[in-house]
Order: sequence, then structure tokens, then C-alpha cells
Amino acid sequence: MIMADTNKAAVGEKLVEMRDICISFGGVHAVDHVSVDLHAGEVVGLLGHNGAGKSTLIKILSGAYQADSGDILIRGEKATITNPRDARRYKIETIYQTLALADNLDAASNLFLGRELVTSFGLVDDDAMEAETRKIMSKLNPNFKKFNEPVSALSGGQRQSVAIARAVYFDAQILIMDEPTAALGPHETQMVAELIEQLKAQGIGIFLISHDIHDVMKLCDRASVMKNGQLVGTVDVDDVTDDDLLGMIILGKKPGGANA
Amino acid sequence: MDQSKTGTAPAGPARKNFFQTLEIDMRLLGMVGAFILVCLVFNVLTDGRFLTPRNIFNLTIQTVSVAIMATGMVFIIVTRHIDLSVGALLATCSAVMAMTQTSWLPDALGLGLGHPLIPWLSIIVGLLTGIAIGAFQGWLVGYLAIPAFIVTLGGLLVWRNVAWYITSGKTIGPLDETFQKFGGINGTLGNTASWVVGIIALLAALYGLFNARRNKVKHGFPVKPMWAEGVVAAIMAIAILGFVAILNAYEIPTRRLERIFELRGETMPEGFTQSYGIPYSVLLLIALAIGMTILARRTRFGRYIFATGGNPDAAELSGINTRWLTVKIFALMGALCAISAVVASARLTNHSNDIGTLDELRVIAAAVIGGTALAGGVGTIHGAILGALIMQSLQSGMAMVGVDAPLQNIVVGGVLVLAVLIDIIYRKRTGGA
Repeated sequence: MIMADTNKAAVGEKLVEMRDICISFGGVHAVDHVSVDLHAGEVVGLLGHNGAGKSTLIKILSGAYQADSGDILIRGEKATITNPRDARRYKIETIYQTLALADNLDAASNLFLGRELVTSFGLVDDDAMEAETRKIMSKLNPNFKKFNEPVSALSGGQRQSVAIARAVYFDAQILIMDEPTAALGPHETQMVAELIEQLKAQGIGIFLISHDIHDVMKLCDRASVMKNGQLVGTVDVDDVTDDDLLGMIILGKKPGGANA
Repeated sequence: MDQSKTGTAPAGPARKNFFQTLEIDMRLLGMVGAFILVCLVFNVLTDGRFLTPRNIFNLTIQTVSVAIMATGMVFIIVTRHIDLSVGALLATCSAVMAMTQTSWLPDALGLGLGHPLIPWLSIIVGLLTGIAIGAFQGWLVGYLAIPAFIVTLGGLLVWRNVAWYITSGKTIGPLDETFQKFGGINGTLGNTASWVVGIIALLAALYGLFNARRNKVKHGFPVKPMWAEGVVAAIMAIAILGFVAILNAYEIPTRRLERIFELRGETMPEGFTQSYGIPYSVLLLIALAIGMTILARRTRFGRYIFATGGNPDAAELSGINTRWLTVKIFALMGALCAISAVVASARLTNHSNDIGTLDELRVIAAAVIGGTALAGGVGTIHGAILGALIMQSLQSGMAMVGVDAPLQNIVVGGVLVLAVLIDIIYRKRTGGA
């Protein structure tokens, strides 16, 4: 519905492979030899406690941090991502937990931040951007009406929909969602869940960072669990129970290990 | 659009009042009201001498230098930085330009005094100096992450004394005749040209109004009622043409005119009068104000400045190179300091060692009184210019009334703090940022 159909990946194609990624901050191994991957039309959950390294790992993919070592492959080819602009070129879009909105600007300015529509004179075309924003918002969140107010005047759910609109408007193929439902009520959480299903159906690959095991069990195809910067393991969600995932998160214990 | 909007966050779905229908920024209205009040009070206290064409003319040309720098300070403060070095930077640019036109070009390059290229080459050298120093300070702030407060506090000492060193502390003058035309009273448009400029400005403003409405209609956005557009257009017409009429009402003194005719070897006809009209320096300020406003609202550069001020992390994550942005903002500030240096030194007809002293405080005060929030993300160009005008009116008015110099500064300092307090209360009431 939202995306153009160009460049659409075939379902099942491997979109992202992060191999043996390491990053440390002041001697602390925030991410320690972690490998994860993501296929088209798939939702991969990233689970772990606060400080387990999942947000850091994903910020390497979105260009906010640079890995000390390890490779990122996008559609099988080695990718160099040194800043958020690079990530956008690889059609990687991120919805940050903090939403990363400029509170003093309106929805349209935030949606197009860094990618403004311009007139033939090279000036920003606010009217065109507002018109596009009205279009996408009528699909994502029909109740959204405050187009001419700074986003600081919006509710949590409305702010979230601006952040989501920004990620999906630009024809993303790889979507990173960092705790997308943390600040939302039940109704809005349901809207996000439906959106994830729609995006999946369009062949987009999604990394979903979450604390909530139920979210992950419901929305994800696979789950990668991290603890203390290391990858505990990656499992098919259908093969495990809530308790198995909890065991991985809390004890760092792989479910297969218990059976062997 | 964004910054004016933040100023008028409406409190809930209250019905629109008269000013909201006109879509006039309430904060701007408050500042204009304060300015008018200041003018009226001083006019009464001076028995009508404050609001004479002559005093209004002088007030305008005295404001230009600080107002030009204040437009750049808006960008600096919006991105959560500060520039304490603008007065000192003005002095360095002024010193460089003075030396270029009185010594380096005529002597070293052998152009000779009075060569027609001298003023323009001097201005270019001054601009390059300002841009280079500004960019360097911006690089220290953006790339080396030294706080702007420290970089420009150091700069305040460094550039003030670089100026001293270049000129050996001497007053350099008189400056080039053409160069002096940028100072104010020595370069004005005269009666007819002023009216032409005023009418062109009015037509441009009306076209702007019309175009904005047409665009909104094209995209199907709500527009204000036709009568409201008419009121706004009428206010514009009165303001622009009224300003021109006042400046035109200030006539060149007869004795000065006689001297001009004598220099040309003619005799002045009986009853001949000539108006000053709009000074070039004011025209320059207006052009810069329009340019800076377009930069702020209609370019990516401006959008990134306000985004970075609102949320630096978000700007960075949106792919904005905030470090390079900082360099550009400070370089722009440097360029504006150089332009102000042209106006300030031309007005005095020479470069003096204390030129621009304490200007950093006037410039920051103008921007802050004009509604620029030190927390970042909010500020307007027209607000800063109005802020400069209010400051200058207070200062000149008190001087005319005969208030002692120390008391003048005490009042100005108090007004600055009071203005910020009122702004904070206003923002709390309206629920703005």
C-alpha cells in the first residue's frame, strides 16, 4: 500500500547478513563476535536485557555506530556503512526507540528531514511535503490531523506514527524497529502489529528489537537472543516456547543444549 | 514556517480570535507593541523630539550594524551555540578593510588612493577575512568539539587584539568616499528612488501573499478568509510606504546642500530641497533580512539548522552532517560580522581601535529579546532585527531624555533579563516549547 513496487525483493532472499560484528566502548565489549541475518518478508526479533547489546548491534546497521570488526552484507554484497546516509542508500530505515524527531518542527518537516522535496529553484517545497504527509498519514493513522504544529504538541501515538511514516515512506527494504510499541496503548500497539504484517507481505525484512516476549512470539519468524554483548542463539519462534526464550534471555542457555 | 509556528502554539481547540484569523504571530505582535510603547513614551518625555523624521532616520542607521549580526546570531543560538566574538571579529574585519584601502592597496599594490576598485576590493578582503575566521571557529566547535562558549570567549580576546596589532592601535581614516556610502547618512537613495524601492517592495510583498494563498488552494489546504488577507495586505502597505514617507520627510539641511552645489561649482536654486530617503545601509539590512529569512525557512540549510537545534541526535540520525553544518553557520556569522564592519566603520568614516566593543552583548541581547530561545530550535530573523531596534530605541531615547550613561546601561541590562522572563512566562502559558 505504501511502498512503490520497484526493487521489491523476492520473498526469502537474504537481505542482510551481519558477520562476526564486534564493537567496544572504553574496553567494554558491547557487541562481541555477533552474527545475525535477515531474509525478505521475514521478521527477526532481537531479544535481551537492557545493555545486552541489541540496540548497539542495530545501530551499526543503521550507521549510527561503526563496528570495530566484522562484515555487513546487503543482498550478498559487502556494504560499507559509515553514517546514517549510507544506510539510507542501502534502503535501510530505522524507527528509533527515542523516535529521533525534531520536536520543534512539524510532521512533514520531520518526515522528510534530510530528504526534503525541493522546488525547481532548490528551495524546500513545504506544501508538496505537507501534501505527501497528509496522503501517507491518511493510510497509517487516519485520526492524524495536526499537520501544522510542532511534533512536541502531538500525543505519544501520533509521534510514533510520524516516526513510522518516515521509515516506510521512502521505499524501505530493510526496516529496523527499536521497541516500536514501548510507548503505545493497546489500540495503537495493535495498529503497529497490523502494519508489520502488511510490510512483511510486501517482502520487507524487519529487525524488531523488543523486551516483550509475547510481542516477539506473535510477530516474529525467528528470534536472536543476546546476553552481555554475545549472541546466545537464533531460533525459529515456532520451535520454542516462551520459557525457552526466557531461559535464553536470563540464563544465556540455548534450548537445544538442554535436550542434547 | 516552522519557527513562527512554534511561537504560537494554540492552547487547545479554543475558537480563533481576530489575530489568529490573521495568522499573525502573537509573540511578534507583543514585540511590536513593546516597540511602539517605548517610542510613544520617549516621544512624550522628549516633547515630541523622539518621533521626528530626523531621529527615526538616525535610529535606523544606528541599528543596522547590530541588526545585521543579530540575524546570524539567530542561527548560532538556534543550534545551541553562542558567539561571544562578534564584536571583536567586527573589529578585525574593520581593521583589515581600513588597512587594505588606506595602506596596502594604495601603497603596496600601487593602486593609489581614490582608485575606483579600492572600496570593492577592500570589502571582498574583509568578507574573506570574516568567513575564514568564522569557519575556523566553527571547525573548532564542530569537529574538535570545543564548546562554542570557550572558542568564542578566546576569540573575543584574540580578534580584538589582532585588530589592535594590525593597526598598531591607531585610528585609520578617512576611509574611501565610496566605502563611506555604506555608513548611512553619507549614502542615501533620495526622494524618488526611495519611493520606487518602496513600491517595488510592496508589490513583491503582495505577490508573496498571493502566491502563498494560491499554493495552499492548489494543495487543498485551508486558507484564511479573504478579508483577513486584505487586512494583512493593508498593514504591509502602511508599514512599507509609511517607512519610506518618514525617511523622505527628513530633508538634507540647507547649508549642507549649498556646500554640495558649491563643490560642483553651481549655485543652489532658491527654495531647493532634497530628502535623504532610504540609506544604502538600511537597504542592505533589508536585503540581508530577506535573504536570511529565505535561508531559514525555505532552504535545506535552514531546515537542518532548526532540526539540529530541536534535536541534535535526530538530525544526526537523519543523515545531517551536523559538524559541517556548524562550520557553515559560524562562517556565515563571520561574513555578517564583516558586512557589519563595513557599515559600522563607514558610519564613523574611520576605523577606531574600540569599534564594535560590547557589540557581542548587544547582538546576543537583540536575538534573545527577539524571541530566540537559548535552549535551541526557536528563533526568527525579523524578531532579532526588532530586538535590535528595541535596544537601540531604549538607548537613544534615554540619551535624549538625558539619563546618565551608567543608568542607561543598567536599564538596558534589566530589560534584557525582563524580556527573557516575559518570554518564559508566555511560553508556559501557551504550552509552547
